[in-house]
Amino acid sequence: MFLIGLTHYLILSAAVLCCGLFVMMTKRNAIGILIGVELVLNSVNINFVAFDRYRPDGGFDGQVAALFVIVLAAAEAAVAVAICMNLYKNINTIDVDRGDALHG
Amino acid sequence: MTGRGRETMLHGKSLVVVGFVLAAWASSAIGQFPLAEEMSGQTVDAAHRADEQVLAPSPVPNATVESALFYLFGGALLVSAIGVCVCKSVVRMATWLFGALGAAAVLYFLMGATFLGAIQLIVYAGGTLILIIFGVMLTSKSPWVRFECRRIEFWAAGGVVGVLFCALITLLVGTDWPTPAVAPQPVTIAMFGEALLTTYLVPFEVASVLLLVVMIGAAYLARQERS
Amino acid sequence: MTRMSVPWRPGGKQVHRGPAALVAGIAKALYATFAPLVRAFPGPLLIGAIVAVIVGVWINYLVFEFVDDSLVASSTNLAGETGLLGGPLALGEVRAGLTTSGVPGSGILCYVLYPLQYGVVRDVVSMGGILGFISVIPLYTIWWERKVAGRIQSRTGPMRVGGWHGWSQSMADGIKLICKEDLCPASADRPLFKLAPYLAFVPAILAFFALPFGTYWVFRQVDVALVFILAMLGIEVIGVILAGWASNNKWSVYGAMREACQMVSYEIPMGMALLIPIMVVGSLSLTTVGDTQSEGWTSWIVFRSPFTFAAAVAYFVAALANCKRAPFDLPESESELVAGFHTEYSGFRWSLFFFGEYAAMFVVSGLCVILFLGAWYSPLPMSLADRWGLGDSVGARAIKGLLFAGPLWFVAKCVFLLYVQIWIRWTLPRIRIDQVLYACIQVLLPLMMVLLLGHTLYELFVPVHGFVWTVFNLVLSLIGAVFVLGMIFIATYGFWNRVGLVGSLGVETLPGS
Repeated sequence: MFLIGLTHYLILSAAVLCCGLFVMMTKRNAIGILIGVELVLNSVNINFVAFDRYRPDGGFDGQVAALFVIVLAAAEAAVAVAICMNLYKNINTIDVDRGDALHG
Repeated sequence: MTGRGRETMLHGKSLVVVGFVLAAWASSAIGQFPLAEEMSGQTVDAAHRADEQVLAPSPVPNATVESALFYLFGGALLVSAIGVCVCKSVVRMATWLFGALGAAAVLYFLMGATFLGAIQLIVYAGGTLILIIFGVMLTSKSPWVRFECRRIEFWAAGGVVGVLFCALITLLVGTDWPTPAVAPQPVTIAMFGEALLTTYLVPFEVASVLLLVVMIGAAYLARQERS
Repeated sequence: MTRMSVPWRPGGKQVHRGPAALVAGIAKALYATFAPLVRAFPGPLLIGAIVAVIVGVWINYLVFEFVDDSLVASSTNLAGETGLLGGPLALGEVRAGLTTSGVPGSGILCYVLYPLQYGVVRDVVSMGGILGFISVIPLYTIWWERKVAGRIQSRTGPMRVGGWHGWSQSMADGIKLICKEDLCPASADRPLFKLAPYLAFVPAILAFFALPFGTYWVFRQVDVALVFILAMLGIEVIGVILAGWASNNKWSVYGAMREACQMVSYEIPMGMALLIPIMVVGSLSLTTVGDTQSEGWTSWIVFRSPFTFAAAVAYFVAALANCKRAPFDLPESESELVAGFHTEYSGFRWSLFFFGEYAAMFVVSGLCVILFLGAWYSPLPMSLADRWGLGDSVGARAIKGLLFAGPLWFVAKCVFLLYVQIWIRWTLPRIRIDQVLYACIQVLLPLMMVLLLGHTLYELFVPVHGFVWTVFNLVLSLIGAVFVLGMIFIATYGFWNRVGLVGSLGVETLPGS
């Protein structure tokens, strides 16, 4: 039980995923939600790399996938921060509950 | 200011620095080279060879050391993730997130993904976090940005996440994963480059176009309106 | 009789308890022993210390190289070409190996070498070396900076502490800083305020873990060393930003904001400049990059093409901004922001920021030296050593280590670049923040794109060792040589005529000169 295997990594990543989801659900600050998204993406990356590490044939497709995830996360963060700034410019706060101008 | 003696505080500080360094050493020991051999008293020459291609896969992975390091840094990751959940101030959340990202990078090193770990540190820790702190500073009115959610929302979110976590755990523990006892295979950066320019050429190009689009888009979104 | 009211307890004797008593006792005993000696013979002791450090480094170099060689040899003997090793060598085997390779004093040396075959022992030894180095470098860079600043401003700089040119001024400052009260503003974010200095300091140490000082002189031979070091330099900035934020002081926040702006902008041209030597060599491992520049100063990457030459200069500018050195020291510009991000810090935590900054200066200089300026190789080509018939005997290795390659050359080149940074700081005025960003986004970034593209085309279409290549290589090498020789000439001229300088009056009359 002490010696680790794939399951340990997967459980860790599941826990981080749940933390990320919790952050996304409970924070009303747009930047806070962004932080939750980063946590979720990281748990996905841990999964990718862990599956890769326990592959018997020595391929590393999972690591390449994780690399793309990191690239996309950086891009997503840049756009999200720009959107937050725009939100602040328009409604003077980044409380996402206040951004309801499109509410019917 | 404080009631404690100066000397004890000083030693505490030195211990923090030493602790950081020791942790880094421990992680660096396993990341690239088989720590197993060093611990069992055998010699390692790959560590000091000039040629990067020489890195031979370790014959027997020392599962105990790897497990201990996994628990150490996995625990750090978990604590940081929970810290993100419970903190109210955005900057503290970002700091905890930084801890989580760093711990995840160390886990990548542990799994033999050196390049990925380094990229994680440079892109996430260096770039994303600065972007986040930037955003916090540009968008906050008071130094303490706090947005409380309602208590009922808190418990509802906790319940949903708890159910999801239990379901995932049941699924993960119940599944019989094929886990061969293989040592972490060091993936060199040359292998990465070759894969990116052959097998993954199309995703690679699409990602670079995406980055360009994102750069222009973010600049457009965040631009100052000229009156 | 009126008693002056002072905030401290008058006449109270400092009482140390626990481990602090031991440290204080050792410090007092050391001071009582060494202070009279230093006061009596400052010059000989300083020169002796420098010589001892050089000899120590050199002996260390030989020992490590020997251990590596013998390990490789024994591994191939025991397990063939696979690189897998047998068990550890016994003490007798080490002695026999030493005796056969003709090392003098093998009877004693084998006891030194025997534990070094274990990775853990070597790790501990080299980690001690790194920590020692990282503590000495800032101390003496700060002292040197103050001396250089003094000379540039026609004054003398620190002159008193320790006797000869105030050589122990930094240590005295360090003791003062350690004894200062550790203040934390009441409205600060306490945990972050306390965490920030470590985030600024520890990455600087970690960067040294992957920074090679020589072919074998690296703590961890990582194939992504460059990316790792850049990441560590980036993390350092997070400490600065957190410090500014957590201080809850508007000057500190301004400093932190400026730092963030500056860092995210200048990281891009810096990384692009570093891509050019990477493209030349085809490896991200700093050891491999360094080892390709062994054939004399014309083989250094900086002189390879006009593009690498320009890239080296551009990298240095970006590195200055990255270490927040003048003329880019806006995060801590004392004339406008009090002290920027470290306004609220005092004592040990304050000194951690400075250790981090000076260590980062060394790291960026080290990257520049490895990637552009011939790494640990001297201007003499290594092939000359073969032509002189220098083999692998101990004496030949000593000559090689001093004349051709070795950590001494690396450190010397880094110290030269440190000097250039100091020199720039005290001769150029600080520029405005909008000028800083303009210089990055509209000047350096397009320039780097042109250089990157240009060098790609140069590598593709100009044949290596062809006519055009050789002409460019020679002309650029000559420019570099003229620059360095000119600097040495000017420095020597100034030294010989120092009595005529304005600040010489103080030098002649102050104690210890």
